[in-house]
Amino acid sequence: MNPAIKINGIHKHFGGLHALKGIDLTIEQGEFFALLGPNGAGKSTLISILAGLIKPSAGDISVMGFDVVNQYQQARQLLGIVPQELVFDPFFNVREMLRFQAGYFGHGPENDAWVDEILEGLGLADKEHTNMRKLSGGMKRRALIAQALAHKPPVIVLDEPTAGVDVELRQMLWEFIKKLNRDGHTIILTTHYLEEAEALCSRVGMMKQGEIVALDSMANLLNKFASKKLCLTLGDVTLPATIQAMLRSQEKGVFTFTLNDMAQIELVLSALRTANIKVMDMQLNEADLEDVFLSLVGQQ
Amino acid sequence: MRAMKISPRFRGPWTLLKKEMLRFWRVGFQTVAAPVITALLYLLIFSHVLTGHVQVYPAVPYTAFLIPGLIMMSVLQNAFANSSSSLIQSKVMGNLIFVLLTPLTHFQFFFAFLCAAIIRGLVVGLSIYLVAMWFVDLHVTHPWMIIAFALLGSALLGTFGIIAGIWADRFDQMAVFQNFIIMPLSFLSGVFYSIHSLPPFWQKVSQLNPFFYMIDGFRYGFFGQGDISPWISLSIVGSSFLVLALITLKMLKSGYKLRA
Repeated sequence: MNPAIKINGIHKHFGGLHALKGIDLTIEQGEFFALLGPNGAGKSTLISILAGLIKPSAGDISVMGFDVVNQYQQARQLLGIVPQELVFDPFFNVREMLRFQAGYFGHGPENDAWVDEILEGLGLADKEHTNMRKLSGGMKRRALIAQALAHKPPVIVLDEPTAGVDVELRQMLWEFIKKLNRDGHTIILTTHYLEEAEALCSRVGMMKQGEIVALDSMANLLNKFASKKLCLTLGDVTLPATIQAMLRSQEKGVFTFTLNDMAQIELVLSALRTANIKVMDMQLNEADLEDVFLSLVGQQ
Repeated sequence: MRAMKISPRFRGPWTLLKKEMLRFWRVGFQTVAAPVITALLYLLIFSHVLTGHVQVYPAVPYTAFLIPGLIMMSVLQNAFANSSSSLIQSKVMGNLIFVLLTPLTHFQFFFAFLCAAIIRGLVVGLSIYLVAMWFVDLHVTHPWMIIAFALLGSALLGTFGIIAGIWADRFDQMAVFQNFIIMPLSFLSGVFYSIHSLPPFWQKVSQLNPFFYMIDGFRYGFFGQGDISPWISLSIVGSSFLVLALITLKMLKSGYKLRA
């Protein structure tokens, strides 16, 4: 089985700027993949090359085995891309736009049942005859997502789909996208909401300055890069020298320690007992994707 | 209305063509009615001022002489306006991405925009003809010449509109095409006069204007007489269309100004 997306040594130069520096990435069919990185990391450039909107300076990308440059018709047929910008065609209503979008990919009236399902799933059913320019920002965002799905693509790329979207819509959208993923669609997501990526995605790629700096399953990344945080309320005390190195921060008598494994809890507590320091309160925080993100790409 | 049966292979370009036609039809007051009213105003003013003073062809009243020129000028201007305005609007608003993400080939893209431009040109031209029939009894001598020049002329200007739409990044750049190329060439093409009434130098200059051949050939279809052989005009217009079509296809294939 061909991978959903295979990226081989992609480079992109914009004049003197080396925006992508040899990206290699394989995303298997059925994955829910997060592509993360700070602004300017190259995520959108990579997605634009995948979509055929930007030509790579070197390297190649294929979608389910079809090269996006030499076999662009087959590759685009398999790909649904939700652009980041909130763009719309002011001449038409929601249903017309979805019909046109499906039509460009060769689908006719037989596709109407799927269009109905999208409208229902994204909460657009009561707006289907509303002109695009009369929709609110959130509704326009839903319509944009619906357009990318209109031809029922097996590989779906969502480039920051929840930017500026309220909580209710975000929940509705993710329920629908999760259902698509369960039905076998491959989902590639870029987002600035790291908790979203952590809750939804099984694998993560992190980009920084045109390179992939981490690529692993969510669980492995959390284990490898994110440490647990032990917060102890100790008051105004001086810590024993043996545990000073583990101290991450100190504020108003609350000391936060970084732990690489659970055994280090006992090490900290025993050092405090020996120094006769009383623990007034204790909290153990699990590592999250934000910790991983900050440790990998946070320091510019 | 029953949906038309179309093979999935042709459904992509057909959908784009349908969308482009609907786009201008939705604003028909601006895209069809307004040019018809403009052409009628020209007809009323020029025929009122010049009838009795000017007779270009024997036995052809000036109002009758004027109508084919006005029809063809409107066909050409509206064919250009359709493809150019659609593309520049889609580029500026960003919604051209919906077409660029599809498997449509550069040829299918060209075909859809071209056909929509031809159709708008012909709809405007036919509307002016139907309204003008109230004023003058216009005989048709060579209907195939009329059809050939209307089709080739609107195709040529529709193609030029695609080039302008791809090249321009802003509305003011598009206005340069409209005001400094299309308008002067159409007004100086013999719509309102025969080039034989001009001094020899300006006759030669007029022969460099491609609009002259389209207007003159189209008018030949009505009166059976013109300033130049219709076959020469047809071959000039046809070859100009082929050259522009090849340039446009090359631009689309390379992704010039559409894909970075």
